Amino acid sequence: MKPLKSLKIVSIHIFIYAGALLTVAPFLWMVLTSLKGLGEILAYPPTFLPETFHFGNYVEAFRTASFGRYYLNTFIVAVSCTLGQLMTCSMAAFAFARLRFWGRDALFLLFLGTMMIPGQVTMIPTFIILYWLGWIDTYWALVVPGLASAFGTFLLRQFFLTIPRELEDAAYIDGCSRFGVLWRIILPLSRPALATLAIFIFMYFFNDFLWPLIVVNSEEMRTVQLGLAVFRDRYLTQWDLLMAGSVTATLPILLVFFVAQKYFIKGITLSGLKD
Amino acid sequence: MQSGIPPTKMDTSKQRNRRQKIRFYRREGMSAIFFLSPTMLVFSVFILFPVLFSFYLSFHSWNMFSSERTFVGLENYHHMITNPEFWQVLKNTAIYTFATVPLSIALALAVAFFLNKKIIGKKLLRTAYFTPVIVSAVAAAVIWRWIYDPSFGLLNYALGLIGIAPINWINDATAAMAALIIMGVWKSLGFNMVLYLAGLQGIPEHYYEAADIDGAGGWLKFWRITVPLLGPTTFFITVMSVITSFQVFDIVYVLTHGGPMGATKVLVFYLYEHAFKFFNMGYASAAAYVLFAIIFIFTLLQIRYGRSKVHYTV
Repeated sequence: MKPLKSLKIVSIHIFIYAGALLTVAPFLWMVLTSLKGLGEILAYPPTFLPETFHFGNYVEAFRTASFGRYYLNTFIVAVSCTLGQLMTCSMAAFAFARLRFWGRDALFLLFLGTMMIPGQVTMIPTFIILYWLGWIDTYWALVVPGLASAFGTFLLRQFFLTIPRELEDAAYIDGCSRFGVLWRIILPLSRPALATLAIFIFMYFFNDFLWPLIVVNSEEMRTVQLGLAVFRDRYLTQWDLLMAGSVTATLPILLVFFVAQKYFIKGITLSGLKD
Repeated sequence: MQSGIPPTKMDTSKQRNRRQKIRFYRREGMSAIFFLSPTMLVFSVFILFPVLFSFYLSFHSWNMFSSERTFVGLENYHHMITNPEFWQVLKNTAIYTFATVPLSIALALAVAFFLNKKIIGKKLLRTAYFTPVIVSAVAAAVIWRWIYDPSFGLLNYALGLIGIAPINWINDATAAMAALIIMGVWKSLGFNMVLYLAGLQGIPEHYYEAADIDGAGGWLKFWRITVPLLGPTTFFITVMSVITSFQVFDIVYVLTHGGPMGATKVLVFYLYEHAFKFFNMGYASAAAYVLFAIIFIFTLLQIRYGRSKVHYTV
């Protein structure tokens, strides 16, 4: 019985580690390819480690496409949307969790209902509205539609409901305003939920592609993902530069993920298996 | 109230409290307007109005730049269902979805099941499987395009080592769809795995202990305990995955651009072309509403049947 059992344990380990290796292999291949010269990249059979390290690929990629500018745009958009959504979502969540007003529950249901609407349905009219406003190809078009979200409001409302009211009552007696209570008591107590939400919003806008593809025309307004896609269309076979560009477009999120992994996992289980 | 205060004094302070309370709650409605206004403003302009407007547009013919917007009734929808390209696109989307979703779910369950056992380096493994989820679809598709490259790609080289002839992953219709599906599974597996891990945590250990006493083997325990008790999780993952797969766009755009000859053109890609290349805003809106209807059916399934909670304790 015993050798059979240890054989089983070993085979489970082999299966699970082989799967994990296959899963991360594309990323390893991306990094390795980004450091090879084009001649070596197209060699057959392929080499595993680069013969010489071509860090110049990154310099070249940043020169042929203005990744620096794309980065700036992406950060402006992602940070604005993250801060903006944290603000609007926590305010709306506070109203739904703490205030009593006419039609609150109906409004909240309507709110949740909007989560069912796929973005592709609102995409076309939103584009038309932005066109009427003259905002196409500006930061406004990239930021303003992303300044509120039903998901974030829902997530924070659920969290606010778990905070005991006693602290707030004490603050109200001391003459604190409602906004003061939200700002000084509820938000500091909600740091884990806010961190989870912030990471989700930031990741969403950093990785978003379809919306920038639609509203951006000029090179100066491109985000990292859009820039990479255009770059790919233009330099079809320049795999050295394309891989350097891909590393550029994935690195920030990978770093955030490795540092704050638990918030990613928590966010998914929160959004997935809520009551 | 405190016992030391004389009754008359208590009454007045009580009344004062009441008056303050009423005034406080009356202002609650005003406060609600203040707290909700930023969100409501964004939602009305960019969600509520667009939903209605695109419904309206789906009965019109309009290129958005001309002032002429002609009412065409059901013409857009009629044109769509009589258009073979639309059916091809719908078929492509369905093939992608109903191949990716079961594959991803089965693999995610297997990985989660083993990860839930005593495994060395559990955290590291979870991180590895989850990485594709957080990386942008565009960058991932660029990497996979390189791996799929028919002449220099890593995949054809690896297949060659085990004696399989090179496959033209990009220019062959069937292979291109397969390439898309493989990448779709790779990208979504980690997400489903995390949901399954959470589900597995909810199964009490004593179920397995009882099965051990009855002499049940690992395989039997998996099929008779794990799979049934994960039913609600599986249902939820299935519905969510179907919904997101029907909306696939980024990886198609970068990996195959809908080609070869439209073999991987999916619904959102079709919609995107009609709206932002040909500016058939009416027709594209109608296509968006067809997508909405499909997704809505699956959402209703989730609302109707997804609520039933399994109680683990007797």
